[in-house]
This record gives sequence, C-alpha cells and structure tokens, in this order.
Amino acid sequence: MDTLVRENRNGAPAAQQEQFIAPPASLREDGDGYRLEIEMPGVNKEGLEISIENNELTIIGRRSMPQVEGTPVHREMRPHNFRRWFELDPSIDAAKIGARIDQGLVTLTLPKAEQVKPRKITVS
Amino acid sequence: MSLIRYQTPEVASWPALDRWSTLRGELDSLFEMPLWSGFGRQSQLFSAWTPALDVCQNNDNVVAMIELAGMKKEDIEISLHDGMLTISGERKSETAQEDKAERSERFIGKFRRSITLPTRIDANKVSANYKDGILTVTLPKAEEAKPKQIQVNVD
Repeated sequence: MDTLVRENRNGAPAAQQEQFIAPPASLREDGDGYRLEIEMPGVNKEGLEISIENNELTIIGRRSMPQVEGTPVHREMRPHNFRRWFELDPSIDAAKIGARIDQGLVTLTLPKAEQVKPRKITVS
Repeated sequence: MSLIRYQTPEVASWPALDRWSTLRGELDSLFEMPLWSGFGRQSQLFSAWTPALDVCQNNDNVVAMIELAGMKKEDIEISLHDGMLTISGERKSETAQEDKAERSERFIGKFRRSITLPTRIDANKVSANYKDGILTVTLPKAEEAKPKQIQVNVD
C-alpha cells in the first residue's frame, strides 16, 4: 500500500534532498470508505500540504514548533518535517477526499466511488 | 609533484558516495546524542508508547515539550513530585468496534514519561499549553536556583 522503496524515486542524490520523517499512520475501513490518520505533532493547517498525482496521495507536514530559548538538557524529538505517501486504490473517489487536522493528527476520509458501493438491483 | 589526487569541484561525485556520506552523517549524529537519553527511550521501547520528550532551560525557566498528536486535553496529566516531572495520559480509540483496521501503526492506550528536573522550581507557577499536538510545560525556576549576579564593592 505504501512502498518505501519507491520513495526516493526522483533520482536526485539523497544528500541534496530534504529529509523527512515517515510518521505513524492508521488506516481503517468504515461503511462508505476508508479513514486514514497520520500523526504530525507540531504541524498546523498552514503547514499541511496534501496532493494527489497519478493516483498517489502525498501528505507533507511542515512543523512550526514552539520557539523556546535556552540550552537543551534532554533531546529526543527529530527536527525534520513529515512526509508519507500512499497509492490510492482505484475504488476510491479521489475528488471527494476530505481532510482535517486537529492537535497534530491528520484525518483523511477516502470515500469509495459510487459504482463500488454495494447496491441492490430491483427486479421488475 | 603530489601523490594525492584532488577531486576537482566540477566533477560530480558518484551518487552512491552521497548516500554513503548521508549514512555516515546519520551515524555521527547518533553518537552525538547524549547516551543516557538514548538508553532511556530504549528501555521503554518494547513495553509501551514512548512519546518524544525534549527539555531545555534558560535563566528563568525549565521547559519540557512532548509530542502528543491527537490527544484530548482532559486525557493528559502532569504531576510534579520530589523534583521529578511526570507527564502521563491515555489515548482512547475513537473508531467503532465494527470498523476493520487495515493497518495500524499508531499507539492507542497509556503512556508515562518522567524526568528529573535539573534545578529546583517554583511548583505554584508551573503552566502548560497544548497546541498542534505538542504539549509545552513551563516550569519557572525557584528564586534560589536562578543565576545571580553579585556586585562586588571595592573600597
């Protein structure tokens, strides 16, 4: 569903590219489609960039961290921005994808296209 | 005559070497990390959810920041005891039971992080702010722990 091997597909040397963190994500299927959640702490609405190209859904989150002056005592956070990409299943209606971000959690709703939904055919 | 051949800047380096230098850079940065912080996280790695924690200090405050994406403010608990700051909480799953999880990398459940504070702080003035999935706890230093300038009078 998301192929890490193809992530560096631009062919440019790795050293010249911006480094990204691939954040944890969850995908769930509900009645009418899928729900994708991606953790991007430090990202707000302005820093979020979602694009679809050639059936590939790319989510980039640029962090705007609270600025604190001082000397670090303990450090675990990594300073990079986030990026994750997924290949969209043909059953998803790309035009109807919805997105929201709340407390650094990106939620995407990916509805299934009408023709894929189960439907009853009335016999006349 | 020199035996060492310098690489002219015009010559593009072999792309594979670039990757090698990136890897080396990453390894270097790994060694630059304070060892104890690395071990601190590792010991908890197999048991539970360990959100990343940063602590820094300036003249007036000790500031702790923790990455907590998609939490509710009410589900986060901050406590201070014996010079140790503890941030704990629980993330509850919002999805209905009948939903089918296709893939799940996110932690659902409880976490707990503790850190011994580098100086004494004024417990009554501690404040916290949760924004964009980052919890920032500001702990003002106790008066006696602040650096002071002492004026020396020479007669």
